[in-house]
Amino acid sequence: MKILVTAKRVEDPESKIKVKPDGSDIVKEGLKYKINPFDEIGVEEGLRLAAKHTGEVVVVSIGGKEVQEQLRHALAMGANRAVWVNHTGPLDQLGIAGLLQKVAEKEKPDIVLLGKQSIDDDQNQVGQYLAEFLGWGQATFASKVESLESAEEKNKTPAVVLSADKKSVQVVREVDNGLATLEVQLPAIVTTDLRLNQPRYASLPGIMKAKSKPIEELTPAGLGVDVAPKIQVLKLASPPARKAGIKVPDVATLVEKLHNEAKVV
Amino acid sequence: MEFQLTESQRALQDAARKYAREVVRPKAAHYDETSEFPRDLLSTAFELGLLNMAIPSEYGGGGLSHLEQVIVCEELAWGCAGVATSIIANDLANLPIILHGTEDQKKRLLSEFGQKLKFSSFCLTEPSAGSDVAAMSTTARREGDEYVLNGTKCFITNGGYADQFTVFATLDKGKKHKGITCFVVEGRPAGVTTGKHENKMGQRASNTVTVNFDEVRVPVANRIGEEGEGFKVAMATLDNSRPLTASLSVGIARAALEYSLEYSAQRQTFGKPIREHQGVQFMLADMGMNTHAARLLTWESAWVLDEGQRNTLQSSYAKCFAADMAMKVATDAVQVYGGYGYMKDYPVEKLMRDAKLIQVYEGTSQVQRLVIAKELFR
Repeated sequence: MKILVTAKRVEDPESKIKVKPDGSDIVKEGLKYKINPFDEIGVEEGLRLAAKHTGEVVVVSIGGKEVQEQLRHALAMGANRAVWVNHTGPLDQLGIAGLLQKVAEKEKPDIVLLGKQSIDDDQNQVGQYLAEFLGWGQATFASKVESLESAEEKNKTPAVVLSADKKSVQVVREVDNGLATLEVQLPAIVTTDLRLNQPRYASLPGIMKAKSKPIEELTPAGLGVDVAPKIQVLKLASPPARKAGIKVPDVATLVEKLHNEAKVV
Repeated sequence: MEFQLTESQRALQDAARKYAREVVRPKAAHYDETSEFPRDLLSTAFELGLLNMAIPSEYGGGGLSHLEQVIVCEELAWGCAGVATSIIANDLANLPIILHGTEDQKKRLLSEFGQKLKFSSFCLTEPSAGSDVAAMSTTARREGDEYVLNGTKCFITNGGYADQFTVFATLDKGKKHKGITCFVVEGRPAGVTTGKHENKMGQRASNTVTVNFDEVRVPVANRIGEEGEGFKVAMATLDNSRPLTASLSVGIARAALEYSLEYSAQRQTFGKPIREHQGVQFMLADMGMNTHAARLLTWESAWVLDEGQRNTLQSSYAKCFAADMAMKVATDAVQVYGGYGYMKDYPVEKLMRDAKLIQVYEGTSQVQRLVIAKELFR
């Protein structure tokens, strides 16, 4: 079984994000970066599947040289090798999905695992576009029934279940009013939700070994993908600062304010 | 001159930081309070390869450079210095073998550490021989193909749980330094007994016991170096371990600084957060400045070793400065917290107790100054 997983480089969620005064971008000086947490869950699921069904995990990232850091992280977790699409400059979701399509066509994986979205611009589109481009089935927001404290989780059992004939996978997905179970024909796209698994820590020997694992370099031109963005970001702005709360003397005033000012009751 | 960490050094730092933040920190107060052996934390550390970092990879260890080790160790100590001390105790005990062992000894005595969770203890200090190593009275006498060890070692880290002991003993007390020889005791033979876990002021998570050797037989094959080379072996080991000890201090100080920055932004006096008062700012600035200075000394002392050079002077600079610095920074953190800082419900008094030990073990701050002066006179 061959699994392709994505590893997007995103701002560390613990960093303080500030928007530049002209609204053109965020302030990037001094920011720390890490692998998109949803992608890390995808790497973990890929490793579990590969361990159970003897497979290979190939990790892919798109960006400048710096994204090798996130590829190495996935390699340190245990991925076998990496594909780096070298591209600097703006890129929209269609461009990303187009590049991933070409990588998938080249690698011919059974499953592509992606985070359901990346925590930087939270678009939640690439997995779906990719399924459309490839003409493959998709199961988005993969989750699992068992809790993250369960024995299944401790034993690192994959939540994505391969069928007996190895032609499809069963995926539990989070939907608005609960959980839905899908059966998807392989090859398939699976995007990961938060409660799918707890990613393993990279071990020190894993980090040392990752240094010598291969990273193959590709380019959009080499892949024949036009990545000129069709979407242009016009302006970024911080959310408006919250106003301080007020204290009300009694319930009557509260109800009056909720009714007339907040207009919620 | 390069101050930027490499990508792989940052990856090691991140891995250790994650372990420290998510595994160690939540249990640090518990193990400090109970002084129980943190076996669960050490077991996770073993799985992540944080134990036995110094053992070369060809013998199943992490094979980290000295600089990489101190980077990792700062993170561990940021989580809990007691746990960190127990984690690096294996490396301290195994350094004599790594540095002076034969190929056969390295294969026999090191390779199990990578395969299973196993502890080893470095047994140098005695009740009447701490800094004055030559005054040691644990004896070794040769009988055929064996040596027989007799004596008592004290303040032995992880001694209660160790299955291997690196022991320094004298073949002839009259020869002082030149009689000291290094041996490795495998397993826990009948003649090895350990005392009760010491009730320490700080670093309470690390197990500290007295170890008695009563007619303990060691094959000649387990003598590290030649007869009479033990003092040299011990000193080379400490040259290697001082950067690590220094990095423990940096980790404690960084924790103290971070707690102080956080608390001083919340705590209000005279109508504003206390960090807006200059008196508090001066303390915070000194904490940051000294922590960073100690980190640079520590990194340099490790880097010198990685370059294959003698680092006695740099490592004593680092260990002495960092230990004294951590004591001051942790004390100031308690000061920033005021009355609350003195209470065990808050995290900073532990840092102060933990820091104190680093001024004492592996060469007191006074002994470091003697070493420094001797090096300056060379």
